[in-house]
Amino acid sequence: MILDGKCPSGQLPLKWDKHRQELKLVNPSNKRKYKIIVVGTGLAGASAAATLGELGYQVEAFCYQDSGRRAHSIAAQGGINAAKNYPNDGDNIYRLFYDTIKGGDFRAREANVYRLAAVSNQIIDQCVAQGVPFARDYAGYLENRSFGGAQVSRTFYARGQTGQQLLLGAYSALSRQIHAGSVKLYPRTEMLDLVIVNGEAKGITVRDLVSGEIRSHAADAVCLCTGGYSNVFYLSTNAMGSNTTAIYRAYKKGAYFANPCFTQIHPTCIPVTGDHQSKLTLMSESLRNDGRVWAPKKQGDTRHPSEIPEDERDYYLERKYPSFGNLAPRDISSRAAKEVCDEGRGVGPGNRGVYLDFGDAIKRFSKEKIQERYGNLFDMYKKITDEDAYEQPMRIYPAPHYTMGGLWVDYNLQSNIPGLFVLGEANFSDHGANRLGASALMQGLADGYFIIPYTIADYLARTKPGTASPEHSEFKKSKEDTENLTRRMLSINGRKTVNEFHRELGRIMWEHAGMARSEEGLKKALELIPQLKAEFSQNVKVTGTGTELNQELEKAGRVADFLEFAELFVLDAMQRKESCGGHFRTEYQMPDGEAKRDDENFRYVAAWEFRGEGKGPELHKEPLEFENVHLAVRSYK
Amino acid sequence: MNLALFVWRQKSPADSGGLQQYEARDISPDMSFLEMLDVVNEDLIKKGIEPIAFDHDCREGICGMCSQVINGTAHGPQEKTTVCQLHMRNFKDGDTIYIEPWRAKAFPVIKDLVVDRGALDRIIQSGGYVSVSTGGVPDANAILIPKADSDRAMDAAECIGCGACVAACPNGSAMLFVSAKVAHLALLPQGCVEAARRVCVMTETMMKEGFGNCSNHYECQAACPKGIKVSFIAKLNREFIKSLAKPSEAL
Repeated sequence: MILDGKCPSGQLPLKWDKHRQELKLVNPSNKRKYKIIVVGTGLAGASAAATLGELGYQVEAFCYQDSGRRAHSIAAQGGINAAKNYPNDGDNIYRLFYDTIKGGDFRAREANVYRLAAVSNQIIDQCVAQGVPFARDYAGYLENRSFGGAQVSRTFYARGQTGQQLLLGAYSALSRQIHAGSVKLYPRTEMLDLVIVNGEAKGITVRDLVSGEIRSHAADAVCLCTGGYSNVFYLSTNAMGSNTTAIYRAYKKGAYFANPCFTQIHPTCIPVTGDHQSKLTLMSESLRNDGRVWAPKKQGDTRHPSEIPEDERDYYLERKYPSFGNLAPRDISSRAAKEVCDEGRGVGPGNRGVYLDFGDAIKRFSKEKIQERYGNLFDMYKKITDEDAYEQPMRIYPAPHYTMGGLWVDYNLQSNIPGLFVLGEANFSDHGANRLGASALMQGLADGYFIIPYTIADYLARTKPGTASPEHSEFKKSKEDTENLTRRMLSINGRKTVNEFHRELGRIMWEHAGMARSEEGLKKALELIPQLKAEFSQNVKVTGTGTELNQELEKAGRVADFLEFAELFVLDAMQRKESCGGHFRTEYQMPDGEAKRDDENFRYVAAWEFRGEGKGPELHKEPLEFENVHLAVRSYK
Repeated sequence: MNLALFVWRQKSPADSGGLQQYEARDISPDMSFLEMLDVVNEDLIKKGIEPIAFDHDCREGICGMCSQVINGTAHGPQEKTTVCQLHMRNFKDGDTIYIEPWRAKAFPVIKDLVVDRGALDRIIQSGGYVSVSTGGVPDANAILIPKADSDRAMDAAECIGCGACVAACPNGSAMLFVSAKVAHLALLPQGCVEAARRVCVMTETMMKEGFGNCSNHYECQAACPKGIKVSFIAKLNREFIKSLAKPSEAL
């Protein structure tokens, strides 16, 4: 089937305005009759729940953490992009749009990305009004810094904790609505199923993580804002609890999963130290503003970095990409790091690392200035590695960080299931095959504050409120299925722990579907994953019961879904016989090792439909039309 | 290295709970404290014993989920560090480590090391925000804020809401947490409009939730992983006194 993203016609800059005119409205006194479920309280979820509550809808919000302030958006460090052009350096909405679409290697929808760029400025205004303490200069004006993939300074930031401050802003707006009674928040509650009644999304089934109770909630529409699935690699920069369960189970209920293989490997993370490692820690991309990336020219050079003279260092990003230098986009920088390590020039344990050096920046400015800009990151680095990055360069290596793929949505952020909306990282829509730095926060808040309030009304205005009830047979069935799943998990009583399975899955995915993918490796993964999945269903050990707080049971459910999802991921990587953005197929590369995109055959969104257990998924395509940008070979040289 | 652990085990809120002894073997100094507990838990699961329940999520010191009292100190021995960022190189082979949950009247234990910190959310819900709805706000640069004020607001806003201040305080007081939010917003022009009302409702909720008062022990500052200073409590008191001068209809 050919999918239609339902992008409005007309000139690019006018599409959203025109579309908003055409969207139906729900009158203020009718809004309170509609109930909306929002799953997840990160930037997308918290901003959506708060804004929908403000408008007068009844909102029920859910998160697995103990509070609405803890979702992993909070860990975003560097900043948020907007086309304000405050520095007068040539920025505008079109340029932000163009940089984002080019950064995504021309695999995103023009209309969506333009809208994102257009609302970016409103986000900054909104956050400042909420009291987000963005960095300012001595005159009291907002400061900007640069991020990868852009030649202008358009990134707003709050020290190294921009995600935290933006999330606390959205959480405060959410808290205000909880106080007002328009939003009811269910913390420590995990969504385990989507309920569909007569073809439309009308509710969810959840597990209360404290009491273990499994119950259903009915509503008139459901918004999934549940983030990405980088933890399919086991080691990633995501929080331990980040998972694919909500969107994967929606996929199993009929929602299409788009571009699952588009994942971002972030170039600047602290390298792995050993098998005990439970997660990887990101060092913000903003560090590349002042830090210079290098590796020794000689193979197997074990000298201390301070003993390696200048002419024996290879500043490979500056050498290969002179016009963007250390600020080359993430996918390119990550691959370049892998290359030098593959050549045997890596540093640190296992020789999987390169240097990020602040020596020059400290000489140019001062240690104090660098401390003011990145102090918290240097402190974190010291705690983890026991090394002082003011004295010697940081060691960094790429790690899974963000997933551009997600559930397929149309221009209204509605999935192929009417009434199911997907926001933020959980959808696929705006970042193509590679996301630029400081764009995730922008997208989460754009979706939640400024897009969903308009588009969901258009759906609700066409439906009668309160038609679904948890008494309906579909709800009962969903609850029973979920209870059975939980019971089965607890009854296996095998010999391997959930973590062991997860770690093993991560190894398979990282090796065969990580930074470089080949037909051969992907085939191998397709052999290994079902074996591991089969072993899991026979041999996993989950202690405790279902009627209490049981963290092993929670993990088991998530890992079971990762095991199934991993296959879909690999299938998608196999069918995309081109290299683009973060998806690098070794068979498809330029003579100089750059990604070789194939616009003729792969200029589409791959959306997968679940067809039942034991049957392969079906691939649907949404062709991507580029009316405004010229499809060019992405060059940062 | 090998360590002896005494860990608080409590099946449910109704259970009286107690310390259980476990061994942590072959621990690498590069592990984080939580990774050490992961190792212990894997071992327990294999023996068919329920693993130790503890809250954690981001494991990079920002989500505020992890919450353990280690050898009597909230978040353990290292300054300005959450449990997840505490590394085992801070301990020695053969050490004995006591691990307990946050202890405070307002934080009932759910299971083992997991406590209910909903009271902190309810304090924020009562008024810890600027009452602005989405849309219709001025351009971001229309509100100029002196850098010093903005920086100080950020110093307060860095609070991660972990509750270590409460766990460390002999009075179980949440004054550092409340003061951080009150100060963050009162220092900014956007937030100072509602400052008087905010400080009143937040302190009132704080009292209702069963948190104690501040009697200047400064334990909260010592335990705070973000280094939030008790001077913000002085700011809270000042804001509170200022609010008393306002006529009640202005609140």
